[in-house]
Formats: sequence, structure tokens, C-alpha cells
Amino acid sequence: MELHELSAVDIHSKVTSRELSAVEIAKASLGRIAALDPKIKAFAHVDETLVLAVAESVDKKIASGKPVGRLAGVPVALKDNMCAMGQPATCSSKILEHFVPPYDAHVVERLKAEDAVVVGKTNMDEFAMGSSTENSGFFTTHNPWDLERVPGGSSGGSAAAVAAGMVPLALGSDTGGSIRQPAGFCSIDGMKPTYGRVSRYGLIAFASSLDQIGPLARNIADTALLLEVISAPDRRDSTCVDLAVPPYTEEIGQAPQGLKIGVPKEFFGEGIEPEVDAAVRAAIDVYSDLGAEVIDISLPHSEYCVATYYIVATAEASSNLARYDGVHYGHRSSQCGNIIEMYSATRAEGFGDEVKRRIMLGTFALSSGYYDAYYLRASKVRNLIKMDFDAAFEKVDVVLCPTSPTAPFKAGERTDDPLQMYLSDIFTISVNLAGISGISVPCGFTQAGLPIGLQIIGKHFDETTVLRVAKLFEDRTDHHTRRPEIAE
Amino acid sequence: MAASDYEATIGLEVHAELLTQTKLFCSCPTRFGAEPNTHTCPVCIGMPGVLPVMNRKAFELTLKTALALECEIPEELNFDRKNYYYPDLPKNYQISQNYLNIGAKGRLEILVDGEKKEIGIWNVHLEEDAGKNMHGEGPDADYSLVDLNRTGTPLMEIVSAPDMHTPEEVEAYCKTLRNTLLYLNVSDCKMQEGSLRFEPGISVRKKDDPELGKRVEIKNLGSITAAVKAVEYEIERQIQVLEEGGTIPQETRLWDVDHNRSERMRSKESSHDYRYFPEPDLVWFSTDEAWLGKIRKTLPELPTAKRMRFMADFGLSDYDAGVLADDQSLAQYYEDCLAHNDNAKGLANWIINDVLRAVNEKGITLDEYGVQPEALAALVKIVDSGTLSVAQGREVLADVAATGKPPEEIIKEKGLEQVSDEDELTSVVEQVLAANPKAAEDIKAGKKKAMGFLIGQVMRETQGKANAKVVGPLIEKLLSS
Repeated sequence: MELHELSAVDIHSKVTSRELSAVEIAKASLGRIAALDPKIKAFAHVDETLVLAVAESVDKKIASGKPVGRLAGVPVALKDNMCAMGQPATCSSKILEHFVPPYDAHVVERLKAEDAVVVGKTNMDEFAMGSSTENSGFFTTHNPWDLERVPGGSSGGSAAAVAAGMVPLALGSDTGGSIRQPAGFCSIDGMKPTYGRVSRYGLIAFASSLDQIGPLARNIADTALLLEVISAPDRRDSTCVDLAVPPYTEEIGQAPQGLKIGVPKEFFGEGIEPEVDAAVRAAIDVYSDLGAEVIDISLPHSEYCVATYYIVATAEASSNLARYDGVHYGHRSSQCGNIIEMYSATRAEGFGDEVKRRIMLGTFALSSGYYDAYYLRASKVRNLIKMDFDAAFEKVDVVLCPTSPTAPFKAGERTDDPLQMYLSDIFTISVNLAGISGISVPCGFTQAGLPIGLQIIGKHFDETTVLRVAKLFEDRTDHHTRRPEIAE
Repeated sequence: MAASDYEATIGLEVHAELLTQTKLFCSCPTRFGAEPNTHTCPVCIGMPGVLPVMNRKAFELTLKTALALECEIPEELNFDRKNYYYPDLPKNYQISQNYLNIGAKGRLEILVDGEKKEIGIWNVHLEEDAGKNMHGEGPDADYSLVDLNRTGTPLMEIVSAPDMHTPEEVEAYCKTLRNTLLYLNVSDCKMQEGSLRFEPGISVRKKDDPELGKRVEIKNLGSITAAVKAVEYEIERQIQVLEEGGTIPQETRLWDVDHNRSERMRSKESSHDYRYFPEPDLVWFSTDEAWLGKIRKTLPELPTAKRMRFMADFGLSDYDAGVLADDQSLAQYYEDCLAHNDNAKGLANWIINDVLRAVNEKGITLDEYGVQPEALAALVKIVDSGTLSVAQGREVLADVAATGKPPEEIIKEKGLEQVSDEDELTSVVEQVLAANPKAAEDIKAGKKKAMGFLIGQVMRETQGKANAKVVGPLIEKLLSS
């Protein structure tokens, strides 16, 4: 097996047993990036010298007999909205083009503590706003399965990097589907943990009440490993829950018993590509063949998800992004005579169209006289959506549905139609609004060879069941073993 | 129309910096006067990716104030974001409270000319302070600097109902509120360091007008004196405008301390839409009864209640009771004295006339003054008994303050004890009468003028120790026998 094919679990065991060195693994990863990334363009920043230095230090640690962490020598890519001290964190926005944070995000601290090798920062939709990575302020990432198509977004760079074998693991962030949808589009696993499971400290905010960091990987064991590493209580994030982290890597070894699967009628039907519908139904059949009980359920407020999301998320974003004003850091326009002009020109030059669109939407939704009709009402509907899931989880252990209504679309196809683009996330958004966890796993391909994702949604803080159900599917199918041609 | 045909309606927003060691959402120190931008961290300067963590102490101090002001406390509380752009506000939003406040619907009792009046408290809430912009000086300066040391300092805002109508009421409210905060030990209220700031909202209407006038807010008031002056100025200004047939627009004005006048800052039209919404980076927390009960137990008697008790129980005047009750340590000192001497009025006089004057003149604290309550109580007893004259008492008090010795010891050392014993004084008086037969004859003849002279002679013979009040009658008694 080629080095880039190794899983994180394999790398850890080979590096700690000194069968392979961390430096060899790092070089293989950097080699893959050098070979493939000019075509895929998953990475925004890679500091080779730093990567090799870190790998070398891991090797030294092992050579000296010191204990090493659970990700010793494992290359990990970071979405470019997570802060790593001394490295750029641009959110793929011109406004933060030269921003270098003086601190590590909680997840970065966790990776370092477990001796992972952070290989670089990945491209994304600007400030995580988008579903195709076409909204990056710098360049577009291509889907390794078809370079003319989008990798999904906003964590498109992270998903493409994992799918193309540049790294075995990557972190993404998911506000409305930004981990799961690109994972589905790139035929890998991508999980959004329960809101509050992973500290957001050091994650540059898009929508604070929805954002959550999660793992992207090529198999469930690796997904569980990365989730286990990044899920630790953190006092710096008040919304991060002080709960003991279950040993996911062990718990996935046990298959779920008496599994009850909910299939929401609202997530099948109009708007879904027939091939996606067929693949997801086939996946459900796999479970029923294994003896799971499949139960038809209803999530009656699903039709309001997109509307609710685009009020809550944009409202929070309009405030979160207010700090990019040219005063303290980041881009500052030279076209200004006074402070107001500086604010306007800086933001006009620094933000892309989609970000501006959402800032305006959110500003409007919070404006005096509109707050009750928009933000307040959206908050109430959000609660109803959450109650839909609570009711469903009285009857079932997990909910199954497509990750996205379509297979990856062509670049440029939806850039002029924001509403069409927003519908890419129609099945993922409700999970963020309800604050629960969900994963996308590969469940097949269209005739044209494009990936299809199956979404498994679980209860609050029940990532274990979600991972077990995903593992069950992985054990019975081979979709996850297929690799894009470019990566062969 | 005359000014007396108008009525002013005044409400106040008061900002108090809380007495915490660290900022509201990070662990930077809150100390005043450091080099610019040295008390900062990624959290308080609002760097991308950072999150706030609430300072529980600041919350508790605000809760304590809200309870002291008899506010209603919601069971569940959170923070809201107030959005506006300003360079001294690095996130371009301030974490504050809008939809729910730590306390609401409270009240504060004040005394104006000895009359009790209740001022409603609309709400008490907690927010983070902004930084400070410093503009380049000189005609060519084309830059501004921002100091973020103060950014994130816990700030408590107390919003009153528009229940005040005169500058005197505003003054009484500000002073009572300040004293209350000092009593509660929630703020140092150092106005020169910006720890206490005032924002009155003032409107004026004709007394028979059922509608209130347009409200004008005054900003930049860093002292009670300035607040009172600004209110006086604004009432006069508005009356004058109305008298001249003009109208008052709703606006915000800036007080110019140097020239004692206000200038328009912004009109209502250009006022901000703060787009408040619940702060998603902080969780909700509950104010359970156990917590509130614990804080309630720490609430002291408040200045107005104390002042009224001093008047009722000790017969003090409104003024004297006010002077003593305004300062918690002085009031405590007074009550400590009373434990050893029940001459409440006498002690109040001594404290106000002598102790307070000495303390103020020397610019020291009561502790530094060094006269224990027991000592003052004893000294006042001695003076009251006639053993010392008031003047002698003052002399002894100064020595007690300087040396820390008990008054009895100083009196002994100085031989200051007044002689009041008739038997002891009789021989001296007899000597004086014998030596001054003419004066003695004059008195016998009813010429009382000579009495002063004779008493003076007795004082000279006794080096001033004789009690004049005893000597006079003794002379008369000896001459008539």
C-alpha cells in the first residue's frame, strides 16, 4: 500500500512502532500535495519547513522513548478559519489576507498535544459562507472526482484534500452542512458533532450558535479517532459542554443493538435527483437487511429550515463580521478621507459578494422594527424544528436521509443563483438548527461516477450511536474504498 | 411666561465601573493608569476566533446592587449584543443587556430638604466598557490612537425612571446612589478615574401640558457637580427656547466642562439602530434563590435608611444625620462611639466639627486619624462632666490623635483636670477676696461687673484648672456668708 493510502490509525501504529518515520509520512503528504494540488487547489497555505520540523520532533520524541499522542505523525489539514499560532488564518477572505493569529485554537492545541502534524490550511468559501468553495476570495477548489465540478463547501478544501489522499485527516467547520455536504460530494466521511461537543475557541466565527468543528476522514475509525481528540471540555468556550468524552474509538467496535431507523418523509421526494434518492433508499435497505427496524417519521417544520437558517445565521454573521473594519488588523483601504469612508471602502474591497449579501440580510433581519418579524420569529421556528427531532428520537435511534439533494454540480452552475445554491444544504441545515450531530458517509455513485452521501443524524451528544450506525454500513459496503481516478 | 410655569422631567443613566480584579470576559487586569494597550489580550481586543467567558464576580456585584435597589430579578438571564461601529470598540459590538436585565423595576429613596422621595429604577444591567480614542494633537495631526486597556472592563448601568424634576433632586439622587454603591462595595466610584459617569435625559413642559416635552440626553458628565450644572443649564436652555417660540428636538448633547455649556452631538434621526440580539457566545444562567439569598445576607443598611434612623432614634438634624450616614465608615465610627457613650447629639457634634474637620484638613482616612471610638466616647464624657472645658477637650483630642494615648493619660500628663470641688477651691477664693477687697465690696453692693475680674484672678491662681462655673457661685456664697 502506498503511504498516502494509509489511514490515521495505521500511520499512528507504524510511526510509533518505528516501522515508518513521521518525516517519511510528512514527505509523502507534501509530495501528494505538490503533485495533485496544482489541479485540485485544496490548500491555501502549506509551510513545508514547518511541517518537516514538526514531523522530525515527533520522530525524536519516539526515538527518545517518550510517550507520544494518539495522532503521532499523522498529517492533518485545517480549514483556514481555525487559528494556529504564527500561521495565516484568512477564512479565504481578502479582508484577512495577512492576518496571522497569535494563538492556537482549542482544536489545534489538542492536535499538537496528540503529536499530529498540521500540514496546512485549506481553501474554503469566504467566512464559510457557501456550498461549493467557489466563494473563496482567492481561488476555487476542484472536486477530485471530476475537476469540472465543485467539491462542495464550505469545507471544500478539507474534503478534497482527504479524498485525494493528500492527508488522511482534516478538520472542517459546519454551520449549515459545511462538513457533511463536501464530504458527501467527495465520497468521504464528514461529521458535525453536537453543538457544544467541540470548543469553538479559535474558530473564526460565521454564526456562533450554529458553528461546530468536526472531522473529515476516509473511514469511521479515523473519524472516531479525530473526534475523540478534539472533543475535550474547554472553559474558554462557554457553549462547550463540560461532559466526559466517550472513547469513540472503542465504542465503534460494538454494533448497535435493536436499531430503529427513522426515515423522514420530508427529506425524500421533490427536488432530489433520482440517482441520489435510489442510492439512499438502497442504503436504508442495507440496514433493514441487517435487521434494523425502519420507521417512517415526519419532521413537519422541515420546510422552514432554509428560511430560518438564513435569518439566524446571517443575523449572527452580520455582527460577528463587524470587527473586520480596517482599524485593528487585516485589510485597510487606502481610499478614504475619514473613519466612515475607511469602514465602507475597507469592507467593500475586502468582502466578496456572498459575504456582503449575508451581512446585508442579517443587518436587515436585526433592524429595529423587523427584529420581531424576522429574528425573533426565526428563533421560535428554530425551537419547533428542534422539537420535531426530539419527538422523532422518542421513536428512533437515528434519522437517515440524503446529505444533499444532488450529486456534485459543475463549477459556475449555481454562482448566479444564490437561492439554488442555498438548497444544496436543505437536508443538513436542520441538524445545525437543532444542535444535534450528523455524519455523511459514502453511499454510492451516479452513473457518471459522481459521489452520493448518506446522512445519519443522531441525538444530542449521542455521537457514539451515529458512528456505530455509520460503521455498520461501512462494514457491509465498499463505497468508501473507491478512490477518484486522479488519486490512483 | 415665567420659568416657574415650566416643569422639568429628568431621568438618569449612571455607569459605574465594578470593583473586580479582572475584566468582564477575559482575565486582563482592570487597573487604571497603565501604559496604553498593555492590559489587553486576544479576547478583549476582539481578535477573530476568540470567545468571551463571563466574570462571575462582576455578575454578582451587579446582582447585589439590583437586590439593594429592590429590583425584580429574572430567573433566567443572558446577555445581548449592541451593534455599532466605533474604533474604541474592537468587535464593533458591545456585550450588554437589553431584552432582559439583571434587575428591573426597583427603587431608591432619597432625601431632598429633609423630605423623603422615591425614585424608580427602571433597570440595572451589566455590560463591557469600551476603550479610549486619543486624537493626534496639533493642526497637522492626521491620526488617532486607540487605547484598549479599558475595553472589557465591567460596567454596571443603572437606569432611573424620569422621576426627578429639579437639579436638587438630581444631586440628591446622584449622591445617594454613589453612597449606596460605596456602601455595597461594588464600585470605588472614583469619578476622576471615570469609575462613575452620568447621563441625564431632560425634557421640559408647561405645567398644564399633559404631554412630556422632547427628551434631550447629555453625555460626557464625569462628576456629580458637572451633572447638576448640566441639568440646570439644560432646563434653562430649553425654557428659553420654548419662551422664544422655538421647539426642542430630540437629540443628544455633549457637555463642555470648561465652558459650562452643552453642544449638539447628534439628532434622533442620526441616532443608532443598535440591532440588539441575544449574545450567542454566552450561555443562559439561572439566578436561583439559594444564590440570591446568599447575596441578600450581605446587604448593608443603605445610606438613606441609616440617615432616617439617625434622625428618628438620635434626634439628629437632617444635615447632621446626612453627613454621618453619607460615609459608611464615618457612620460606623459614630455608632461605635455610641456603644460607649449615649450622648448621641454630643458625639455627632464632636465627630462633625472636630473629627471630620481634622480628617479633611489632613486629607487622611478615619483609620489614619487614629482616635479609637472608645477614646472619643470617653473624652466627650469627661467634657460633659465638666472636668474639662470644651477648649481643653479639643486640645486633648488633638493629642490623642497625634500620640494614640488614651485621653485620661493625656489629661493627667498635662495636669488639665478641672477643679470643681468647692472645698478644694474655697481657700483660693478666700485668698483672692482678701487680696481684692474693693472688688469684693463692689459685688456685695450689687455691681456684678467685678465678678469676671475675680474669677479671672482665681483662674490665674489655679493655672486655669478651676471650673469657672463652680467659682462664680462660690464667690457669691462666700461673700454673702
